[in-house]
Amino acid sequence: MNKPQQPHIELRTSPHIKAAPTVEQIMRNVVYALLPIAAFAVWQFGISALALILVVTASCLATEYVFSRSAGRGNTLSDWSAAITGLLLALTLPPGFPLWMGAVAGFIAIALGKTLFGGLGYNVFNPALVGRAFVQAAFPVAITTWTPAGLPGRFVEFIPATLALPFMTPPVVSEWSKQQVDSFSGATPLAQWKFEGVITNTSDLFTGMVAGSAGETSALLILLCGIYLAARRMMDWRIPTAVLLGAFVTALVFYLLNDQHYPTPLFVLFSGGLMLGALFMASDMVASPVTPWGVWIYGLFIGVLTVIIRYFGGLSEGVMYAILLGNALSPLIEHITQPRIYGARKSGVKS
Amino acid sequence: MTLLRWFGRKTFSHGVHPQAHKEDTADKPIRRLPFAPRMVVPLAQHLGKPSRPIVKVGEEVGRGQLIAEADGFMSVPQHAPATGVVEAITLMPSAQGPRVPAIVIRVYEASNQEVLWRTPRDMDALTPEQIVQAVQDTGLVGLGGAAFPSHVKLKVPAGAVIDTLIVNGCECEPYLTTDHRVMVEQGPDLIRGTQYAMRVVGAKRAIIGVEDNKPDAIAAIRQHLPADGSISVEAVETKYPQGAEKMLITSLLGREVPSGGLPAQIGVVVNNVGTLTALGRLLPRGEGLIERVITVAGPGVKKPGNYLVPIGTPLRFLLNYVGFSGSEQEVILGGPMMGNAVSSLDVPVTKGSSGVLVLSSSEIQAETRRIHPCIKCGKCVAACPMHLNPTQLGLLAAKREYEVMAERFHLKDCIECGCCSFVCPSSIPLVQYFRIAKSILRERAA
Ligand code: SF4
Ligand code: SF4
Repeated sequence: MNKPQQPHIELRTSPHIKAAPTVEQIMRNVVYALLPIAAFAVWQFGISALALILVVTASCLATEYVFSRSAGRGNTLSDWSAAITGLLLALTLPPGFPLWMGAVAGFIAIALGKTLFGGLGYNVFNPALVGRAFVQAAFPVAITTWTPAGLPGRFVEFIPATLALPFMTPPVVSEWSKQQVDSFSGATPLAQWKFEGVITNTSDLFTGMVAGSAGETSALLILLCGIYLAARRMMDWRIPTAVLLGAFVTALVFYLLNDQHYPTPLFVLFSGGLMLGALFMASDMVASPVTPWGVWIYGLFIGVLTVIIRYFGGLSEGVMYAILLGNALSPLIEHITQPRIYGARKSGVKS
Repeated sequence: MTLLRWFGRKTFSHGVHPQAHKEDTADKPIRRLPFAPRMVVPLAQHLGKPSRPIVKVGEEVGRGQLIAEADGFMSVPQHAPATGVVEAITLMPSAQGPRVPAIVIRVYEASNQEVLWRTPRDMDALTPEQIVQAVQDTGLVGLGGAAFPSHVKLKVPAGAVIDTLIVNGCECEPYLTTDHRVMVEQGPDLIRGTQYAMRVVGAKRAIIGVEDNKPDAIAAIRQHLPADGSISVEAVETKYPQGAEKMLITSLLGREVPSGGLPAQIGVVVNNVGTLTALGRLLPRGEGLIERVITVAGPGVKKPGNYLVPIGTPLRFLLNYVGFSGSEQEVILGGPMMGNAVSSLDVPVTKGSSGVLVLSSSEIQAETRRIHPCIKCGKCVAACPMHLNPTQLGLLAAKREYEVMAERFHLKDCIECGCCSFVCPSSIPLVQYFRIAKSILRERAA
């Protein structure tokens, strides 16, 4: 009798096959989708934006490395989620934001927004927005200092505030901006509308040649990158759709009530951070509900709230707080929208 | 209901679309496997009570002879798969892991292996109760993988009225094509078995549900349908787990089995095509179930195909016959979504084994998969055909809050289909958690 063959046998539990994508693949693709937006920001605002993106991302990565190591979670950089936080955060800051403040923002985003809760998967809020909310409170002037897009010298000269030394008041940039572009008002399109009643042309908003945060200015590019992700099923398309729908309908109602005072719904969709927020931050899987109805409620809530804050709040932009509030409510939303299970008896359905 | 239903395509909501991998075996006619020198017939290869051996060590047995009898109603008898001598009645490895009692037969090489043990029946003369008894005597169990005693399934609970018999020809597990080949090659047996089953349960009509990726099977069965229109064939969407009893009922009839209830409560009995085909062939001849069709496939197999295998054939013999290739592999009894990885090649083919798969490390993605925390992507929620919330169940399982899982998140309704684990990007072994949680709860209740 010939000797029976005994191969090496693996023992695993079913299912023995797995669908793509993995967490690493999803996160890596989000980074890919953010890169064109970052590149466009650099093209618009020059080396200041580049330096800011690099510093913030590096700060996030370093913080993640140190904290996850010391918390015994091993090296979690390979899941790419810290890189997403870094890129997103950098893209929500003004391009001339002092680099040292950017580093602080990155540290806070990861340390407070993520590792404090237990790392990836446990964070209640979108970490990038936690970082952004912190610097908004800590550095109220720097976070609202905008510079014009497309300056001729942007690839050779830093915006003066960029290189400010830590804990020193950054130089006043408005004079510098005025030297570059005579008419520059130092305000984003949203602030111009809110405080001065000027409405920027929607096509300028679409292509992004306006003042604003490093990455929130080209609505078109953000939309395209988001569609890429949704098409590859790396993002839940329902959330951005619900956010934009909520914002659009709310804006439409106000516009129909008083078209002299309120901007058009399109202006609302394409201005400020709404696009970036809807596609890349509200859709953060960890901090959004998982139930089918919950997803829609959560998205609509954020969209409606964004417009309300913009119109009636003290700030010109409301996306950040709307999303943070949405994040905070998401466990509750999930709780009240538990799916009806197959075969549930009508009388016995409990939430 | 899903959009597809509105457009007339028969299906259920949620579920997943794993790659089918059926092309290697779907066209291969069923071939008979030679007899192994030694057969291992476990006494518990069905759900329910193990059978009681009625032969002794050293006794000669003929192929088809009764060697173990049913122990009560929730049990089935076993028949000798080959002519030979009983070598031992002892503990042998099983697919589920622990060693189980089995009858080991040393096969006579010189025997022509003719089936001499049979008691032909006049089917027309039998009452439904007598047919149920005959089905039990056949030793038949669900051949689709569940291995639930068939006569128990055909015994309609008191008070229930069955209007439809559903014949499950979905075969939604990747790689497997046994039901497919049976439908293509053994239509008359299938129809006969279906008619017996209809008589037993009192159903006026039967619907054979087949996934729409098997048009040849649908066409083959149509040729044999009786003229009175009582049996029909319906195509359903190709989607996993279409072959799960509850999903198929919803796809075909739009009815839902009540949570914790039986299909009979909504007037339905479901049987697998392989089971009814065996019924149609074995009942009139009065033979026991001693062999079954099994798909042998996967990248680790040199001669993939569908084989008629004597029950009790050790996997080692089967796999040596079809040829191994490659080195690092996983051997699975059943389909890749719900089957068991076997720890030893001494495990035999049993009545419930629908396939033997040899997968290489690239199929099981062993190295690239790292378990991450749940990122709440919701993919599992969108995949669960029972509309449960595997995210919450998984988080609770990690905290060992098994009671909460059962009371608030419907753990008991989980059909262990594995869709949630299949889609989870964090590679969390969700369904494994749920199996463990269920068995712990069972133990606590006992
Ligand atoms: S699929 Fe996995 S990661 Fe996604 S929500 Fe479900 S358990 Fe969490
Ligand atoms: S294994 Fe259970 S929880 Fe997971 S998808 Fe299937 S039925 Fe749902």
